[in-house]
Amino acid sequence: MDTLDNNRYVIQARNLGIYYGDFKAVTDVNMDIERNKITAIIGPSGCGKSTLLRAFNRMNELVPGSRAEGQVFFDGEDLYAKGVDPVEVRHRIGMVFQKPNPFPKSIYENIAWGARIHGYRGNMDELVERSLRQAALWDEVKDILHRSGLALSGGQQQRLCIARAIAVQPEVILMDEPASALDPIATLKIEELMQDLKKDYTIVIVTHNMQQAARVSDYTAMMMLVNDGSRSGTVIEFGETTKIFTRPSDKRTEDYVTGRFG
Amino acid sequence: MIGKQRNGVDASGYPLRKEGLRKRPRVNEVIIQSVLFFAGFFSIFTTLGIVYELGKEALLFFRTPEVNLWNFLTGTSWQPHINQFGILPLVTSTFITSAIAMTIAIPLGLAAAVYLSEYATEKVRKTLKPILEVLAGIPTIVYGYFALMFVTPLLRSIFGRDVVEIYNMASGGLVMGVLILPLVASMSEDALNAVPRALREAAYGLGATKLEVALKVVFPAALSGIAAAIIVGISRAVGETMIVAVAVGAGPNFTFNPFRGAETMTGHIVRMSGGDLSYDSIDYNSIFAIGLVLFFITLTLNIISQRIVRRFREVYE
Repeated sequence: MDTLDNNRYVIQARNLGIYYGDFKAVTDVNMDIERNKITAIIGPSGCGKSTLLRAFNRMNELVPGSRAEGQVFFDGEDLYAKGVDPVEVRHRIGMVFQKPNPFPKSIYENIAWGARIHGYRGNMDELVERSLRQAALWDEVKDILHRSGLALSGGQQQRLCIARAIAVQPEVILMDEPASALDPIATLKIEELMQDLKKDYTIVIVTHNMQQAARVSDYTAMMMLVNDGSRSGTVIEFGETTKIFTRPSDKRTEDYVTGRFG
Repeated sequence: MIGKQRNGVDASGYPLRKEGLRKRPRVNEVIIQSVLFFAGFFSIFTTLGIVYELGKEALLFFRTPEVNLWNFLTGTSWQPHINQFGILPLVTSTFITSAIAMTIAIPLGLAAAVYLSEYATEKVRKTLKPILEVLAGIPTIVYGYFALMFVTPLLRSIFGRDVVEIYNMASGGLVMGVLILPLVASMSEDALNAVPRALREAAYGLGATKLEVALKVVFPAALSGIAAAIIVGISRAVGETMIVAVAVGAGPNFTFNPFRGAETMTGHIVRMSGGDLSYDSIDYNSIFAIGLVLFFITLTLNIISQRIVRRFREVYE
């Protein structure tokens, strides 16, 4: 774990801790996220899963009073080093949120927006079509591209948000419980989509749903509150998903994945 | 205690169950509903009353033989003592002072709103916003004398005494802009603040800068609220009386030169009603006609802007 290998791993966290003011929400995380794989972060509510995820593209900074300690290496470069621009970080490491949040603009504009701010000079129509195809949404919306993104169903909105994230061509897509607000059929579509996307992107997904983690991910990180009364969370076990779900080495992981608590 | 208790309360502490599921009248609901209805109706009723009163007196004015509607609306001379009732000089000066005010209030007000909502820290915002709102609470007569005693001499020293008259539209308009600025800023800030955090996060998550988030996501999403703020600001400018009465001048003047004195519709009304006009004189009735025109101007502004807003706004829910 201590050697950096940025060919195999796209993100490598070292002794990562995140504070909100005086409260340490996440403590001492070390994990390596492999390229073109899906890594799931699971654990009970309030253990810092989303906080950890948001530390990977410096989204936490939008919360006043938050700060990070330790390092997060992205392609070998520390995201938290001095002089690193969070705007650039988020361009490379995109994000999809729990609740679908399309812009109140047309479907087309939702995709084109990110491309425009990053100075995209190519053919916008092509980019919009390609992104929507990659997000498995093209066939459903190709005739209504100029209708508001908010006119779509929840599942379609979430795929629109994924298409929007893809359009700026990030290397990593962070997904914060992307299917928790969706029905089972829409959830299935998102999960199938993730399998397609991992050919081109690395995906890190936070999920409440252990079956989902077991179904979609290659690696799983199990988070839990540290047992010292501090209320901060950490990764207690990290490894291949099949191992985490069948032969976990930590008793707490075993209790959690077998549904004994949490 | 065991068994039935007194006062119609059973052992669990609830009143005894009533027979059946039939609806019983709830007097509270009826009273509250009528109070709420009255509160809503009150302002509508007042508006109707104002329109009636304005219309009645204005009708008397238009019935007098010396007046005809066409000359009233297109005449460029307003001299009641020689029976010239052309409202244009009053209308143009109202528009010029309002336009000057809005060129100050809109850009500065919106910039202040974007700063407060998107850039200022919570602490700064909580300190600055009340201060801004205090500005709107300064009596307008104070602003009027500020215009006359401070801004006018300033303008005269910049542009020359022979260019800028002592009473002029520019100083009144500029100070009116300062008066309206906090109103526009505060209402726009509310609109910007109401844009869901999720939209900002979406934009940041794509690698947008603060400015891109503010101007290309938050601002368009808040457009309907911002437009409302601007409309209220314009209506305020058109209807503002004290500043223009003190600083702009006391005599109708058909001019487009902002450095000259003139009289706005409100300014004229307040001056005429301050003097001793006899009731039923044509001069007296004329001020109601001006009031009616003023009313229609603000009404039209409101309708037009609502149309514009409906076309351009982005619904985010």
